[in-house]
Amino acid sequence: MSAPRTLIDKVWDGHVVRRRADDPDLIYIDLHLVHEASSPQAFDGLRGTGRRVRRPDLTLALEDHNVPTDSLTIADAMGREQVETLRRNCAEHGITVYSLGDGRQGIVHVVAPERGLVQPGTTVVCGDSHTSTHGAFGALAFGVGTGDVEHVLATQTMPLARPRTMAVEFAGALPPDVTAKDLMLAVIAQIGANGANGHVIEYRGAAIEGLTMEGRMTLCNLSVEAGARAGMIAPDEVTYRYLKGRPDAPSGDAWDRAERHWRTLPTDEGARFDRTVTVDAASLAPFVTWGTNPGQAVPVDSAVPDPEAFADEADRAAAERALAYMDLAPGTPMRSIAVDTVFIGSCTNGRIEDLRAAADVMRGRKVADGVTALVVPGSMAVRRAAEEEGLHEVFAAAGAQWRLSGCSMCLGMNADRLVGPRRCASTSNRNYEGRQGDRARTHLVSPAVAAATAVTGRLTPPAGLR
Amino acid sequence: MNALTPITAHTGRAVALRRDQVDTDQIIPASFCKRLTKSGYADALFAGWRKDPGFVLDRPEHAGATVLVAARNFGTGSSREHAVWALRDGGFAAVIASSFGDIFRRNAWRNGLLAVELPEEAVAALADAAEADPGFTVTIDLAGLTVTAGGDRWEFTANERQRRLLMEGLDEIAVTLAEDEAITAYESARHDWLPAAGPRTTPARSRARL
Repeated sequence: MSAPRTLIDKVWDGHVVRRRADDPDLIYIDLHLVHEASSPQAFDGLRGTGRRVRRPDLTLALEDHNVPTDSLTIADAMGREQVETLRRNCAEHGITVYSLGDGRQGIVHVVAPERGLVQPGTTVVCGDSHTSTHGAFGALAFGVGTGDVEHVLATQTMPLARPRTMAVEFAGALPPDVTAKDLMLAVIAQIGANGANGHVIEYRGAAIEGLTMEGRMTLCNLSVEAGARAGMIAPDEVTYRYLKGRPDAPSGDAWDRAERHWRTLPTDEGARFDRTVTVDAASLAPFVTWGTNPGQAVPVDSAVPDPEAFADEADRAAAERALAYMDLAPGTPMRSIAVDTVFIGSCTNGRIEDLRAAADVMRGRKVADGVTALVVPGSMAVRRAAEEEGLHEVFAAAGAQWRLSGCSMCLGMNADRLVGPRRCASTSNRNYEGRQGDRARTHLVSPAVAAATAVTGRLTPPAGLR
Repeated sequence: MNALTPITAHTGRAVALRRDQVDTDQIIPASFCKRLTKSGYADALFAGWRKDPGFVLDRPEHAGATVLVAARNFGTGSSREHAVWALRDGGFAAVIASSFGDIFRRNAWRNGLLAVELPEEAVAALADAAEADPGFTVTIDLAGLTVTAGGDRWEFTANERQRRLLMEGLDEIAVTLAEDEAITAYESARHDWLPAAGPRTTPARSRARL
């Protein structure tokens, strides 16, 4: 009987190509996702050294960061050039690319799972920090820089120091209206935006088992906002049900063999983590950020905190700076804060379940006067699924815009960008200064809170409409 | 990536940016990440904050500083390596902070930007000194893993592999390609049900040229 191991240990150990004392392990990468913004310099590097892409078959490229969501034509010349460069690079190296206009196009972290490409126990990298999303399947998935993109293209491996492990244990069941987004905003508020630096998190507990795959992806997506290298959830029946029948998932006899392996992956009883954090899930409420990093969050029914209340001097200075940028005064009830924009979408909350949650709130209601609401499906497949359910009609009747898929207003890199000191309730992942546009102010929320906020024009939990 | 010029130490003037959680969107906003090159990002460095005429990096007395003394969790956020390219193109050879975003730190070392973690008290002392004297000079020694400045000396730790690559000016990809036999052996034993994004291909092997 070998020593009990964590899910993280098992996936790591299964991918060691070469282990040597005093050197990091060389880890094999099962799936490499590529997009237009972090890859051009990597392909240039290959050309400059005469190297080739080792495994084009384990590489998938998507166009997402630069694409417009109201047209199939990229108006911006630099954005267009970046996308066209990706297409040329993929053609040169035989890499599959789902381009703008293709029915399979979408945000890389939405498309790969919905195709069935992300499987339990695999390793996944992408030149994008939100690659942590894929840990929802029990995969070890993390974002890398362009130099590592080039390294993986050339070698299909990465030399990596073994990460520390952290268990985040959720005690109790989730109250109504509390979503995976709220759960993770609460975790980041508890441990801080660097609380998990250097660690891979495994999320555990009944609240996690009760989440759908979409919810698990939201949770793991936000792992990087706690500073974690990756976040993982053990595969279970929910995972297998989600995967079965997807175009790139195994089938028939291969499925049976795969599933037998997947069932060996969950953390063994008695396995040790380097660190354990416990979160009381049952006491949580819908969360919203008030500041300029994702750890600056409070329950939506509470008020903007007073910087004076922070014991740590640096935290106090950060809070003062954040409130000045956000133009908020301490003690202001969060629910009194008026927004002019609502963004529902992104790799965090752009999946079908997210759109259903938003539509459930908006059904039969109207977007408030003076508020612009954007609903941006995370992929064209999500868009089709939503239209089959009639969700687009709910949004249209409410006065929200129904868009094509892409990263959209999450990051200020495409035409969906806030101009001037606008204030946005956003289902995305980062409330950094200027993230959604120069001087833009972002409040991170769940899709249900975003929809309720669109209806009232002020930060509002769904219960506020009942 | 091509082999780098070996780096064994850096000495330069320090400038303090006393802010926690300086994210990569502040270091370089996404709109500058549409470029296709690895250099030419000096204009993008802290582009948002530079609109403030009093921004510390733009004060004439700090012109030519090469060591940025930051605070907690510097480089948190996006994986964009552009953040490192912008700091380098903006004249910086090192960043000293009490903690770093993991992806940023890895990107920094790969590009020869020394991301050095020191205890909070040490970082605060360096920031105080740099603010009091714009000529305050810091030396980072990779061989001895020390930071020396103003008569003080601190030790730091580094990823051994990244340090060795930097000190010897090695191309990391070439080093890994020398392991081709191990990679090929691993590949031949992979499960047949693992996912593929396109038609199965035979591994394309690049020559290991050290």
